[in-house]
Amino acid sequence: MQKAHNLKEYREELHETLDNDFLRTTLDNFAIAYRAGRANAFKGMDVRGLIQEIADSKDAAAQNADALYKEFKANAEAAGVHVHFAKDGDEANRIITKIAKDADCKKIVKSKSMTAEETLLNHDLEDAGIEVTETDLGEWIIQLRHEGPSHMVMPAIHLSRFQVGDLFTEVTGKKQDTEIEKLVKVARRELRQKYVEADMGISGANFAIAETGGIGIVTNEGNARLVTTLPRVHVALMGIDKLLPNLRDALRILKVLPRNATGQQLTSYVTWITGNNECLAAEDGKKEIHYVVLDNGRSELIKDPLFSQVNRCVRCGACANVCPVYRLVGGHKMGHIYIGAIGLILTYFFHGKDKAKNLVQNCINCEACKDVCAGGIDLPRLIKEIHARIQDEDGHPLPSFLLGKVMRNRKLFHTLLRTAKWGQKPVAEKDGFIRHLPMIFSKEHSFRALPTIAETPFRDWWKENRPEVENPKYRVALFSGCVQDFVYPEQMQAAVDVFAANGVAMEFPEKQSCCGLPVQMMGETKASRDVAAQNLRAFEPDAYDYIVTLCASCAAHLKHNYPKLVMDKPSLKLRADAFSAKIIDYSSFVNDVLKVEAKDFTQSGEKATYHAPCHLCRGLDVHEAPRQLIEKSGMEYVECAEEEVCCGFGGTFSMKFPELSAELLKKKLDNVEATGADTLLTDCPGCIMQLRGGLKRRGSKVQVKHVAEVMSKHKK
Amino acid sequence: MPSKEDLYQLFVEKAELVSAKVTTIAHEDDALKYVINLCGEKEACQLLVSGCEADLSDKAEALCETKQKKVIAAPGLNADLYKKLAAQAKKAGFECIDKGMRDHLAGVDIGFTYAEYGIADTGTLMLDCPSEELRLATMVSEFHVCVLPKSKIKANTYAVEKMMLTRMKKTPDYLAFITGASRTADIERVLALGVHGPLELHILILED
Ligand code: SF4
Ligand code: SF4
Repeated sequence: MQKAHNLKEYREELHETLDNDFLRTTLDNFAIAYRAGRANAFKGMDVRGLIQEIADSKDAAAQNADALYKEFKANAEAAGVHVHFAKDGDEANRIITKIAKDADCKKIVKSKSMTAEETLLNHDLEDAGIEVTETDLGEWIIQLRHEGPSHMVMPAIHLSRFQVGDLFTEVTGKKQDTEIEKLVKVARRELRQKYVEADMGISGANFAIAETGGIGIVTNEGNARLVTTLPRVHVALMGIDKLLPNLRDALRILKVLPRNATGQQLTSYVTWITGNNECLAAEDGKKEIHYVVLDNGRSELIKDPLFSQVNRCVRCGACANVCPVYRLVGGHKMGHIYIGAIGLILTYFFHGKDKAKNLVQNCINCEACKDVCAGGIDLPRLIKEIHARIQDEDGHPLPSFLLGKVMRNRKLFHTLLRTAKWGQKPVAEKDGFIRHLPMIFSKEHSFRALPTIAETPFRDWWKENRPEVENPKYRVALFSGCVQDFVYPEQMQAAVDVFAANGVAMEFPEKQSCCGLPVQMMGETKASRDVAAQNLRAFEPDAYDYIVTLCASCAAHLKHNYPKLVMDKPSLKLRADAFSAKIIDYSSFVNDVLKVEAKDFTQSGEKATYHAPCHLCRGLDVHEAPRQLIEKSGMEYVECAEEEVCCGFGGTFSMKFPELSAELLKKKLDNVEATGADTLLTDCPGCIMQLRGGLKRRGSKVQVKHVAEVMSKHKK
Repeated sequence: MPSKEDLYQLFVEKAELVSAKVTTIAHEDDALKYVINLCGEKEACQLLVSGCEADLSDKAEALCETKQKKVIAAPGLNADLYKKLAAQAKKAGFECIDKGMRDHLAGVDIGFTYAEYGIADTGTLMLDCPSEELRLATMVSEFHVCVLPKSKIKANTYAVEKMMLTRMKKTPDYLAFITGASRTADIERVLALGVHGPLELHILILED
């Protein structure tokens, strides 16, 4: 659970987990195994299509939630089940405690329910003098340790067999082994007698099916079947987000849920319960069944035009499985009760701003979660939006506020950059790095060297050197982004060189500014809108075939976010749509549009490896183009492990969480060096800054270049 | 449309992937033979895996001691088949029951059942068990042996949707998809079988 009061305390908590080697190794191994397992489980299936279907059906269910609830209730009641509605967690707990009292239940067995975690049900039941036993192995372990779950699907992933062995020794009063097989068998025996004694079973539900009034429960251990069979009373607690019109929709989700959760084709058990089934322990031979349907803010969420998509979550936990930040800091630090990307969001809605305000800043915006989500939820966007909302409510921190102010004024911003060039003179080295970090950075930032501002920004070079292209094949506008304009103009120049040689006429609209992603990342929504409007006015989309940018982050932001940012301004919106349709990244343009060929480049055969920028591979779904270009440029492309995992830059993220950025970078560079290549290519200046700075600090010989640079260098 | 043979092949492949033990049999009698043999071969109390010497709390230990003889539970079998099974079990010295599962919550050795359908693309058994006895037989047994007629193997869950709905609408109903043995990976993500339910799942595919 999240306890930190401010960012400083939160960062201290993060340090604790960073130092936990066991947890780090477990999460690392899991992340790697998970990716392979998931890919295998989905082999040959149209995953995108399936996820889209789920998104559509869940959206429709959300719009219809009231009607679905009525139908579900009517059918369930006709089949002998009592149905209750609880508007918040307290009410749900009250209802369940009363059911227990009325039916004279003293002992309860529970199968896993995140919803019950959300309402902290066990506390209330225990306060009422009832004994509650979690039967899911992971849940039981953390219950015995008085902890919260650290993962939705594997709640005890943070614990080692030794810790579990000690715990079981304590519980049984007998010395226990640390062999996992045996520990599991001990739990089996210990829990079996709990089922026997219990008068009431509590479960969650993965599906609440309106057409039958029944529920579906997905488990691997089989405890849900015992919990719903042995005791004479059964209570199922579920959020209204579990309502579905029909069985077909449930079966469809079932195709994705286990595959996404653990890479299994299906869990061991899926249990479908409809009506008050037989119970030989009850006087009349019928089980007393209650469904408690919980709102707790969900119906408000459904009405929100942006956040309604949260309802699509099927709680598969995949967004945590792929999150590079979760992988570093472990569950308890990446959500209050629900964890991972969705955890950051649900924490805000279910547990409040205070619990969420530090957590939401801990997203690097790598989009790995969005890419994997079973409901196709745009998680990173929602996380950023919450960050912005909290800042709007609580006031903006000074640095973020100032950055917003500066960015909204292009001239001021560019003047500042030009001035910085003079300011850095005393500390600038000849090799393009700053000798030691400026005062504003603490020691924690020294994991990477920082580049100097270039002598001549690209925009000045362009005025003198813009090439004339006769009989052009294409007309394009260049969007440089601030880093390439002021720090790495040579990357732009390299692109201009290859473009001109391939019959591309170019414009560089001078009024363009930073793309605005950094301010958006800091939660400065207003500034990010203003910057977008400025850039949109600077470009005349109809005049070009394409708008090319060499920065993956700019490209994804311009393409996907601009139309959303100006949504409320109809005239700009049209322009933004046209603009966004013309945006293309360097590699796709050169490989797929210009279709350059290997024969145009000197074949050097040098080994080069690649880092895939998050905003290129996931943001724009570009995977093959840069790799093909590397080979065409005459180099030998050697694949790097975890090539599509974030390098830890994340713009302002690396400023706020240098320790996490450093760890992500370390992993990335270890993988890069393991390839044995001397050159590391990528296509985002932000990544280049991070990767070069890190390699420089390591004293590595590996050279980092933008793909554009080798294309230009090797051009015949 | 995949042929019956294709579906069968796929079912076997997928079921084995989740560590189910699949055997194809020509006749129902083979199933009985299989169950009796298996019961004979298996350790008296499979919990020996953990070693009954592995120390349990006194209460859990006490439950262990309620079990004296090897038990085969087969509620839900048709009367003729059950009679045959009971006779063979008796000869072999096992107890055979078709009700009273609640007196055997410490565990029975073998739960013997019939599946209604098989789902090929995941190697899943579909069992409808509104009867509590049958439900318990599939849960508290250490080995679950289930007969699946070959003709009942369907391609995927969509293909059993209608059949499921028919059953669900005759409320109350309690229906299960069973895929492999009970499993957990909750400790260090290491897969362990048989946490609450059966430690092994044996599927006998009956040629029909
Ligand atoms: S965008 Fe990346 S860092 Fe942020 S929550 Fe998603 S996976 Fe984690
Ligand atoms: S947000 Fe998506 S990926 Fe995360 S748990 Fe929910 S459905 Fe799964």
